[in-house]
Amino acid sequence: MTATVEHVANIGRPLRRKEDARLLTGQTQWTDSIKLPGALHMTLVRSPVAHARITSVDKSAAEAMPNVVAVFTAADLGDLNARIPCVWPVTDDIVMPEFPVLAIDEVRHVGDVVAAVLATDAASAEDALEGVHVEYDTLPAVGDLEAALADGASLVHSSAGTNQCYTMNVPNGDYAAAKAASDVVVSRRFIQQRLIPSPMEPRAVAVSPMGTSGELTVWSATQIPHVLRVLLALSTGIPENRLRVIAPDVGGGFGAKLQLYREEILALVLANKLGRPVKWTETRSENMVATHHGRGQIQDIEIAATKDGILKGLKVTLTADMGAYLQIITPGIPLLGMFMYNGIYKMDAYDFSCTAVFTTKTPTDAYRGAGRPESTYAIERIMDELAAELGMDPLGLRRKNWITHEEFPYTTIAGLTYDTGNYEAATARALELFGYDELRAEQKRRRDSGDVVQLGIGVSTFTEMCGLAPSRTLGALKYVAGGWENCTIRVLPLGKVELVTGTSPHGQGHETAWSQIAADVIGVPVEDIEIIHGDTGRAPYGMDTYGSRSLAVGGQAILRAGEKVVEKAKLIAAHQMEANPDDLEFVDGAFRVKGDPERSTTIQAVAFEAFTAHNLPDGMEPTLSGESTVDPADFSFPHGTHLAAIEVDTETGKATVRKYVCVDDVGVQINPMIVEGQVHGGVAQGIGQALYEGAEYDDDGNLLTATLADYLIPSAADLPSFITDQTVTPSTTHPLGTKGVGEAGAIASTPAIINGVVDALRHLGVTDVTMPATPEAVWRTIVAAQSGAQA
Amino acid sequence: MARIAVTVDGTAREADVEPRTLLVHWLRDDLGLVGTPVGCDTSNCGSCTVMIDGRSAKSCSLLAVQADGTQITTIQGAANGEWHPVQVAFKDCHALQCGYCTPGMVVAAIDLLSENPDPSEAEIREGLRGNLCRCTGYHNIVKAVQQASELMKEAAK
Ligand code: FES
Ligand code: FES
Repeated sequence: MTATVEHVANIGRPLRRKEDARLLTGQTQWTDSIKLPGALHMTLVRSPVAHARITSVDKSAAEAMPNVVAVFTAADLGDLNARIPCVWPVTDDIVMPEFPVLAIDEVRHVGDVVAAVLATDAASAEDALEGVHVEYDTLPAVGDLEAALADGASLVHSSAGTNQCYTMNVPNGDYAAAKAASDVVVSRRFIQQRLIPSPMEPRAVAVSPMGTSGELTVWSATQIPHVLRVLLALSTGIPENRLRVIAPDVGGGFGAKLQLYREEILALVLANKLGRPVKWTETRSENMVATHHGRGQIQDIEIAATKDGILKGLKVTLTADMGAYLQIITPGIPLLGMFMYNGIYKMDAYDFSCTAVFTTKTPTDAYRGAGRPESTYAIERIMDELAAELGMDPLGLRRKNWITHEEFPYTTIAGLTYDTGNYEAATARALELFGYDELRAEQKRRRDSGDVVQLGIGVSTFTEMCGLAPSRTLGALKYVAGGWENCTIRVLPLGKVELVTGTSPHGQGHETAWSQIAADVIGVPVEDIEIIHGDTGRAPYGMDTYGSRSLAVGGQAILRAGEKVVEKAKLIAAHQMEANPDDLEFVDGAFRVKGDPERSTTIQAVAFEAFTAHNLPDGMEPTLSGESTVDPADFSFPHGTHLAAIEVDTETGKATVRKYVCVDDVGVQINPMIVEGQVHGGVAQGIGQALYEGAEYDDDGNLLTATLADYLIPSAADLPSFITDQTVTPSTTHPLGTKGVGEAGAIASTPAIINGVVDALRHLGVTDVTMPATPEAVWRTIVAAQSGAQA
Repeated sequence: MARIAVTVDGTAREADVEPRTLLVHWLRDDLGLVGTPVGCDTSNCGSCTVMIDGRSAKSCSLLAVQADGTQITTIQGAANGEWHPVQVAFKDCHALQCGYCTPGMVVAAIDLLSENPDPSEAEIREGLRGNLCRCTGYHNIVKAVQQASELMKEAAK
């Protein structure tokens, strides 16, 4: 770490957020709040059926309706009907069907788009949908993943000749030998149900063709303005230097806004074609079918161990639901999990395979954790099952197999090198906060007395990979972009600071946390720093915000850019004070000649000198700024121990989270208040998956959970307060020592909850429960177990 | 078109509205009060919550004409010169992340505290059941409502 960061004043403090003033008073700019004079409002004619041939489209009635300007079908759009590219072709022989923005001849999921309506006001555009008459010739829905792979199955894309998108096998070590050397083999099938990410702000896009220098301005409720610009240019052919993409205030993302969506393309090409602004706002009902879903996997997991509980091998066989089309990184999501199925454990062999399948459902893609919640669930659930099989305490089994803190850096069986961690410390702290022994004693009492309400203890000792990602690694995985991040720090003439970041926050508090880092590095007050983000016109370089990468990667760029500012300022200060730069120290924003405290100047004064440029060292360029683009050296690996006490009413099946303790190790914390908030929100979403949420389809491919009345994202009344704490084991892969926290809670909590539910019921013969573990699902599981149906 | 007269955030407004216009759309699109967002189309999320004659209501589940003659306070009028204690506590307790649920959550919390100045945790959780937040897990929202309750009791002394 550099000398500039030693005088820490702001890093590590729970500063209240800069963002909050405008958010708490309604001074916000959501995309839907942007009004453009003369804008046309777009609505979309969506397929009401899962799979059908379009036999005719009659739009004449709509075109005759008041205020309707135009209606476009695929045929009308012609060459402008762009294709959505998939940028992660994970295997050489992957099947990548065309994904046209407007459906051509066939619709493949409820919500697929047949036509776009443009009217001068939103209500007219809405009304005109009824004036577009589409005739469908229904085709079979394809819902069940295994049936979709069977011979003679109906096809989602008939031209592909198969519903299989890809299949891959990645062996690590000799699994057959590891299994042969084992005494116990436990296998389970876990279902990762489909989830609907549901950020509270639905999507929206507004496009103006009236940019000041002839550019097209795209406002979108997106996590990825920079990537979006590239993808919009790539898919539409509009030159990238004519596009300015702005993510204004964005109301949550969770992966759902890490996408190139057809609505974004449509608004852009239609605004460009008509020379008028075009705006589209998603309704929640549209969001449920049109914004990508997450998860959706069958996980066949087999674990092999000695009778003493030493892990030998793990076999993972996934069947993954791609949905009807490939969105930008749909096929890669299982791969993000591939590296983590071994979790924090040592073993001799790990065999991974995945078969990806098309269905007539909304496409899947990244949802908070993207691949890692799935892998963590599988390993943490199967560890509990193995412990039960061996008659061991689940934590005892974990202790026997986890990487001990002396063993770091440790290269796992999956090939990643975990730089650092301390599972012992996090677990010890969590046990202390939880009261493990007392709860075990209570559990025994309830079991012995046959209490209607049984108590279970769920354990999850997780790790995950953050800091997407070293660009070379991404290249080796066939991902078509890099993983770097960019920052420019400018000290303006009067001493105020602009920090331009390529990250694009949508709730994470970057304006506060980034200010804290920069304030310490360049020695100016936090309040003097303005963070510029989410606008390709003002922050031209960036890879945006997802995968808990913003701090882990973007933070490094801030640090380096700040160091460059200080390096340059020091030369100017030395010149002004007629001192040798090596004789200067930089403390709290002041350059001082060592041993001569009278001779000093401030970084703000230097900035003014750099602006006037009257007296700079020979050859030095005026202005004071520093820019850095950092490609991370490696991933970072947050970890933690989550413990859940779950009460299950055996008569009603209702599972209640009584106590939730989590101790996370996210390395150095810039703002512990924000860290804790991220953990809370993540844990809540993970509990949502465990107990409440699931996208349900009927056999005809209709989404049954199509409103927030049916798709139950947890309310305040459904959740407990959480007990959180941290251990701090700094990452060693970069100088800030941070790891990343955006997804940790969502990754860790789901298996903790389900392990707790199963633990409460194991004495009744229950060995698994499907998610979401609703009262009905749990009750059915108990009944089945008691009738001997569950092995 | 129907003529309505409504006081919104302290300003008397008179307007002709289409009978089918939702209150939230009138506030956002006609009055430009875009601080109140829309999160759903089934009255489930609470993002659009505003105060009508002193009680919180989902402005997406009312027609603008139904608000005729009322006094409405949106998040943009919640601060009366200085921030309402609920706003203060929300910031201090980090009870918001993306902030999309926040306008509705703050208004709902103000209403909750006016009904029950000293709510228990369970009462807060039950009272805010109709306002969904996807970011915070509610932990800090509950804390903020408790803190606001303390602040308001202090101020009343
Ligand atoms: S917008 Fe969801 S309840 Fe009003
Ligand atoms: S703060 Fe994002 S939805 Fe509540």
